[in-house]
Amino acid sequence: MPLTVSLTHYLILGAILFTISIVGIFVNRKNAIVLLMAIELMLLAVNINFLAFSHYLGDAAGQIFVFFIMTVAAAEAAIGLAILVVLFRNMHSINVEDFDSLKG
Amino acid sequence: MDPKTFLFYAFSAILIAAALRVVTARNPVHAALFLVLSFFTAASIWVLLKAEFLAIVLVLVYVGAVMVLFLFVVMLLDIDLARIREGFARNLWAAIPVGLLIVFEMAAVLMRGFLSTDVQAPADSARIGLTRELGKVLYGQYYYAFEIAAAILVVAIIAAIALTLRRRQDVSYSDNGSAIAVKRGDRIRLVDMKSESAEQTDGGGK
Repeated sequence: MPLTVSLTHYLILGAILFTISIVGIFVNRKNAIVLLMAIELMLLAVNINFLAFSHYLGDAAGQIFVFFIMTVAAAEAAIGLAILVVLFRNMHSINVEDFDSLKG
Repeated sequence: MDPKTFLFYAFSAILIAAALRVVTARNPVHAALFLVLSFFTAASIWVLLKAEFLAIVLVLVYVGAVMVLFLFVVMLLDIDLARIREGFARNLWAAIPVGLLIVFEMAAVLMRGFLSTDVQAPADSARIGLTRELGKVLYGQYYYAFEIAAAILVVAIIAAIALTLRRRQDVSYSDNGSAIAVKRGDRIRLVDMKSESAEQTDGGGK
């Protein structure tokens, strides 16, 4: 692989980030707040892919999509953290294993 | 190695190191701070991709708002770190094979699909990241999507407030309206009593 930066380099960077966040979801299975952070990291990896394609194909649609992903991610973070605060108020814990009152 | 290539590798190294620390940090506060670092480094990489507007938006929205919200919540909650970390090493042994598998799968796709076709960026691709060009597309072709995004944000605001709003039972509140509306008769009761006679008082004294 040539050393000069190309589309592939950005895609591989995105893939590495995505994998790190998946591993993060596995290892931090109990910690709800780090789970949310890993999801944010995953969306960041996706955004890097979109921007790389947008740049190398000369199409603005990729950047528009990143814009909307960021909007939805901000909304998701706000609601997720609100749910977490309410859960902590009622359960006094953010351990995912304690959230079993539905007995599913 | 030209400066752009050097910057790409430097930023990528920082980004991957910060992302690894996010998922392995013991303390959630440290994880949030490393997430700030990774967002900032990602913004730098986006500048390399000529997406200046979105890079600034990433810094403003994520580092400025979302991560502050995260830090706020992390510090607000009293987290039992020892319990939440148990099983970390055990989960790691499940996570490493899955992670490696995903890396191989993605590498196979990328190697097959994109390595052979060496895509060169078009000459005008530096223009599409400009705020003016992005605005033209966003407010023209993607107008309805933009409106839906605004509606999603409103829903998020209302949902977040509705979820966290509560009236605590163990705290006494003062109600301004009822405090102002109170009358003299609600607080004071005048009782007619016969005054005690003089000899009774003297007799009591002897």
